[in-house]
Amino acid sequence: MASIKEEEVKLIGNLPSMASRKVEIALQLKGIKYEFLEEHDLKHNKSPELLKYNPVHKKVPVLIHSGRPIAESLVILEYIDETWTQEPALLPSDPYERASARFWSKFIDDKCYPAVRKYLTLGSETEVESARAEAQEGLQFLENELKGKKYFGGETIGMVDVVAVGVAFWQQTLEEIMQMEPANSCQDFPLLCAWADELLGCSVISDNLPSKDKFSSLIQSRLQFAAAASAASK
Amino acid sequence: MGKNHEEVQLIGTWVSPFVFRARVALNLKSVSYEFLEEKVGAKSDLLLKSNPVHKKIPVLIHHGKPICESLVIVQYIDEVFDGVKILPEDPYDRAIHRFWAAFLDDKFFPALKTIRMVQGEEVQKKLVEIKEGLALLDEALVKLSKGKPFFGGDQLGYLDIALSGFVAWIQVREKTYDVKLIDESIIPNLAAWVDSLRAHPAVKDIIPTADGLIEWVRVNLGPPPAPAAN
Repeated sequence: MASIKEEEVKLIGNLPSMASRKVEIALQLKGIKYEFLEEHDLKHNKSPELLKYNPVHKKVPVLIHSGRPIAESLVILEYIDETWTQEPALLPSDPYERASARFWSKFIDDKCYPAVRKYLTLGSETEVESARAEAQEGLQFLENELKGKKYFGGETIGMVDVVAVGVAFWQQTLEEIMQMEPANSCQDFPLLCAWADELLGCSVISDNLPSKDKFSSLIQSRLQFAAAASAASK
Repeated sequence: MGKNHEEVQLIGTWVSPFVFRARVALNLKSVSYEFLEEKVGAKSDLLLKSNPVHKKIPVLIHHGKPICESLVIVQYIDEVFDGVKILPEDPYDRAIHRFWAAFLDDKFFPALKTIRMVQGEEVQKKLVEIKEGLALLDEALVKLSKGKPFFGGDQLGYLDIALSGFVAWIQVREKTYDVKLIDESIIPNLAAWVDSLRAHPAVKDIIPTADGLIEWVRVNLGPPPAPAAN
């Protein structure tokens, strides 16, 4: 009889969703085989599977293991780590270090991402400046956390690194493709810069991130949408 | 001296539902701790030093090291101190407890908290949102408890602790808006759960009364904000 770990793993996700990317990275880091079920139109046409497996939030990602669903990316990441205990460990074994990893993961998800996203999608100049400052404040905490470490997880990639993948990605792509000053420039945040290089140098990570072209057009369309919305409301 | 007698401090207030979670967890594990109460309107140096990122309570300090964020604290307490296990053993059950705890923080509590800021029709909308949340929790309780009194079964578990801090505040809203939110005719399981929770040794001596909280709000926060001018 196959152990529960070997039973079917599926992931309902969406290519642009950073939350889906994080879960895929975690699964691939652990070498777990899974089937990716893509949601093509989250705005207007959510699949029956998504509605069935995440009736409360109707959001991606949703991991389905042996027919049982788990939703919320941070919850999924901990589930993956506890169910498949092979290397790499996403969470360290020391309770204080675990608490720290959980704290930073939540901080990145609840504060950093929204702040950087806000900065990316705002139209007017004054709003952009204050959004940038807010994003930078959050990023400074992360910069401080990296002192003396290669990754947030120490010598190896851990949960916080996986959760912060979008931060690394934005840093590398924004300046290059957008001619936009990223909130986390290498000058202001040298440790984050070095960390992003290390992280994105891993094929498991970079294979799961959108191509720069795709990302560029996604951001462009968001900026256009925000500009149109702002013009319409004047 | 056993682990549960090591120097532990908790920075918080008696009104915060998040601090309450940490206190229940510590009580459950029979951990003695020093409760460092924050004054309203003036954050202590210790708080600002211990939680520079959020500057919020609760903060647990163990061996001089701070741990922040109530659910992170509860999991830390579970992992470090001996006694009854707070999180279930099975990873899937743990995921379900964690999922609902996140729901409480991301969806349920914001509705409960911000009802104070709105007027008229918006109040009704928030009340509906709160009731819908409670109905979901009632359903989850049936599935998770398997006929026992708590989400954790016979004992308080992670989700019991996560929800425990909101019980008194739900009762505050019931009084303020003259509405029954924990209605035993609609959510009988959760209604029974509230009674079991209130009687639990880890909870009964520290749970605030609704009247006490209402008075605290009146004294410290003043009346609700006036409706926006048209």
